[in-house]
Formats: sequence, structure tokens, C-alpha cells
Amino acid sequence: MSTFNNPLLEAKGITKYFGTITALENVDLKVHAGECLGVVGDNGAGKSTLMKVLSGLYKPSSGSLYFQGKEEILESPKDSQNLGLEMVYQDLALAGNLPIGENIFLGREPTKNVGFLKFLDFNKIKELTNAHLGKLKINVKSADQKVEELSGGQRQAVAIARSTAFNAKVVIMDEPTAALAIKEVGKVLDLINSLKKTGVGVIVISHRMDDIFSVCDRVMALFQGTNFAESELSNTSRDEVIGWIMGKK
Amino acid sequence: MEEKDNKKESLYLKLMPYIEKYGILLLLVLMILVMHILQPDVFLSWRNVTNVFKQISWQSMLALGVFMVIVTAGIDLSVGSIMMLSLMVLAIVAKAGAPWFIVVITPLIAGFLCGLFNGAGITLLRMPHPFIMTLGTLYIFRGTGNLISGGTPISGFTDEVRYLGHGRIDLTWLGLEKSQYLPVSLVLIAVVYIIFWFFLNHSRTGKWIYAIGGNPSAARASGINVNKILIIVYSLCGFLSGIGALILAGRTDSGYPNAGLQSELDAIAACIIGGASFFGGRGTVLGVFAGVMIMGILRNGLNLMDVSSFWQQVLIGSIIVIAVYIDVLRRDLGTRK
Repeated sequence: MSTFNNPLLEAKGITKYFGTITALENVDLKVHAGECLGVVGDNGAGKSTLMKVLSGLYKPSSGSLYFQGKEEILESPKDSQNLGLEMVYQDLALAGNLPIGENIFLGREPTKNVGFLKFLDFNKIKELTNAHLGKLKINVKSADQKVEELSGGQRQAVAIARSTAFNAKVVIMDEPTAALAIKEVGKVLDLINSLKKTGVGVIVISHRMDDIFSVCDRVMALFQGTNFAESELSNTSRDEVIGWIMGKK
Repeated sequence: MEEKDNKKESLYLKLMPYIEKYGILLLLVLMILVMHILQPDVFLSWRNVTNVFKQISWQSMLALGVFMVIVTAGIDLSVGSIMMLSLMVLAIVAKAGAPWFIVVITPLIAGFLCGLFNGAGITLLRMPHPFIMTLGTLYIFRGTGNLISGGTPISGFTDEVRYLGHGRIDLTWLGLEKSQYLPVSLVLIAVVYIIFWFFLNHSRTGKWIYAIGGNPSAARASGINVNKILIIVYSLCGFLSGIGALILAGRTDSGYPNAGLQSELDAIAACIIGGASFFGGRGTVLGVFAGVMIMGILRNGLNLMDVSSFWQQVLIGSIIVIAVYIDVLRRDLGTRK
């Protein structure tokens, strides 16, 4: 947890309207290198909208984003990826019909030139996939296995591997344990802890206090699209955070 | 106990890709055997085999185009009409006395533009489903083809224009008889299918086409421009229909109003028989080829045995249902976890 005064990613005054609906109003957020920020809130509090703004999927109606101190305007998920901002979506955003390796490199496949044509470099995909999965201590039978053949926890692990395969600096995870069997939750939380150790800033959106209290360093609550409360994890308790979710201080 | 289960599973996992990839070829080989036993003198004769390939030549182009669309979980009902419109454009340009190399390119451009129109409509007009856009253009393109031609056949093309559909590659230098020639359209099928196999399996765009069919939101979140890829897919489908028109022009020496009528349904049927999934993301080029062959052989074999075309319809329909049911059973096994 280095240089806490210089956030890696900072959002200031983010407001987002959908027609007449105000999904986010003047929301601030920051995360530092090697830190895990927990974002909590009831359904409809604006968590997912905020994450989609951070990933470039939505453009904010107003407000600004700063990455490593520099203001950035994200036009698409490609822009956020180029900065090193990666999302792990709740619906996992994996293509079940493709193998693990091709999912990890989807949209950024290594290629080799044959004459003037560019072909996918399947050997390189496999090699890089195995090295990366090994680094994160993720066990699968083979990088060629299709994602639809994996368990929920394995899929989540692949989704996280995917988000970190390209020198990610900030990884945003939407409900990373929501769809998992209990015995798989621990593995995913371990994975988040090891990501933090590599200096990645992690943002975890979760309903589960267990998740928040086992991986996060700081927690913030959204309520009806606004910043409601924020605290270092050591200065708060489960009951207090649950109160914030329901709009009670 | 668990270990035994694991072993069984790993064998299953090892075999599965092969069954998925080559199972349909088994069906094809089986059909060829059955036909050969039923018609030992005729079915596998040089004349009949080349005949089958000539008959499936233009359908195989439509099926390949529709297949790519189906992989994206879309559908193109307009390929028959695209082919007819492209054929009419070709006929008109040919009758106007344009040189053959211009005449040959026109159906390809016309088909490509029709496909581009479909793709643009589906993405830019945000049609709720490609079914609707291409149902509309099924009427629009055929109507346009009749408007520009006055609804009457236009016949008589030069040999150069007819080459791809009608040409013969002489094999007498191999010591074969003069009647044992290779149809140019067969070579064309092989070349086009190999190119598209490479495109779908070894290019990034091809991989993205499968990814869009597997999970469009995953593709979008990966930074893939889904609309752009869809426009490419529908344009290529139109382009292939244009190649179909060029082949048909060679075969029939005529542009005629009923060209390709209902052939979009044959194309879809070939894809489904060949193992493509309507939900997208699944299917192989080899499977489509097998699907086209199965339909061609079935028609040819039944014709040889003088079975009425009404029975042919019943049989082709039954094969579609059975092929998909086998696929359903297979999927049940695959998702037993």
C-alpha cells in the first residue's frame, strides 16, 4: 500500500442520467495501488452504473476521471483497457463456446504474419495462457478447455485471469463471488489478495460482508446514486456497513 | 469412485471435440454407402458424382454465407433474393454488351451491396432481430430484380461468363476419358470453402464472429466492435450469394425471375443439418459442407430411384428434425454437471 496520497484511479463528481432518471449524482471514488476498495449499496444504488462509467461502457453526463493523476476521457472499453483499467463483469463476460486461452485473449489475440496475412498464433495463446494461469495459481485441465465446461469458480478465475493478462493497474470486479459455490469463494478471495500484492488496485462491488471484510482495505457505500459513507475497514464494523446499505448512519 | 468418474469424463472430453467436428461426416459417409448399395451402377459413377457437385454448387455458396450469419446468432432470409437480384444485374450488364470481366464482377458487387444493406439495417436501424430486416429485404431484393428486368428471363451469356458455373477441366492428360472431366464449379467450391475455413478459424475477425455468437456482451466488453463485425458478416454473406448468382448464370445460361426461390430455406437447412446452432457460436465450415452434400445426395439419390419430389420434401424435413434432435441429446450429455 504505497503512496496513499496519490490515487491510481480517481473519479470526481460523476453524474449519470438515463433520460429523466438520475442513476448517479456527484459521486467520488478513488483507489490506490495495492489497495482494495469495497463498494456496497442496495440494488439500484448505482454501483453497476458507476463501474460501467469507470470501464468506458457508459459516458458520464458530467464529472471527470483521473488515472495516475491525469484526466482521461473514456470513449469505449478499449480506451480503459489501454490505460490498464480492467473489468470483471457479474455475468463474467466470457464466451462459453471458446476455449479458456481464447477467452483470456479475446479482442487482443496475438497474431503471426504469413506473407501479408495475419493469422492467430494459437501456440503463443496457449503458452501465454499457461504461464499466466500458473502465475495466478489457477488450476484447469487445459487451456484448450471450453469455458462452458468449467465450474462457476473456474469461470470466475478465468475472468479474473483475463482481466490481469495485460498488465492491469486497476481491476474492477462486480459481485465476484455471487454465483459461486461456497468452497470456491475462498479461492477467488485468495486470488484477489494475491492481485493486491502485485500492486494492482482492486475495486470490489459486493453484497457479501464476508467478501468485503476479507479482502478490502476501505469500503464506501452508495445510496440512491450518491456517496453515503466511507471508511477504512479497520474503523468500521459489519453492522455499520449493513446499516449504510439500508441508508442508516 | 471419484477417480473413475474423472477418467470417464476425461475420455468423454477427449472424444467430444472429434464427435462434434466429424460426427456429421460419418452420417455423410453412411449415406454415400447406402446410396451406393441401392444404386451400385449409377450412384458413384463419374458422371453422377460430378452431377451432384454441379447441382450443389450455387447452394453451397448460399449455405456458407448463411452459416456465418447463423454463427453470430443471426439469420439471413434474403440470400435467395440477393442471388436472383445479382443474377438479373449480371444478365442486364451482359446484354448491354459489357466485356466479360466486367460482367463477371457485377454479381459479386451487387451481392456485396445487398449484404451491406442488410448489415447496415440490422445494426444502424437497430432492428430487433435480423429475421425482420432480412424478411423485408427478401421481398425488396426480389422485387427490385423483377423491376430492373421487367420480370422476364434474359438468356445467352458468353463462355467466359459461364466458365465458373459451366466450365470443365479436362483430365485426359491423366489418362482419363473425355467424359471424365472436373467441373470448374467443384474447384470453386473447394477454393471458397478453404478460404472461409481459414478466415473463420485463423483470423481475429473469424474468432470474433464466433465470440459474438457465444456471448455478444463478452465480445463488446472485450473491445470488439460488434456492429462492424456484423456488417462484415452480412456483407460477406451477400458476396457469397453473388458468387452463387455467377455460378447459376453459368449453369442455366439465363437470368430468370424464379432463380433461388426458397433457396434461403435450403441454405438454412444445410447449416442446421451440418451442426450449426441457431443460438450462435457453434458449427464448422466442414459441417456446412457436409450438410450441403447430404441434401444434394439425398435429392440425387431419390431422383435416381425415381422417388417423387414430395417424398424428398418429407425426407429432408425429417433429416432436419432428426439431426437437431441428435444435437439436443448430445448437449444434454455435455451439460450433465
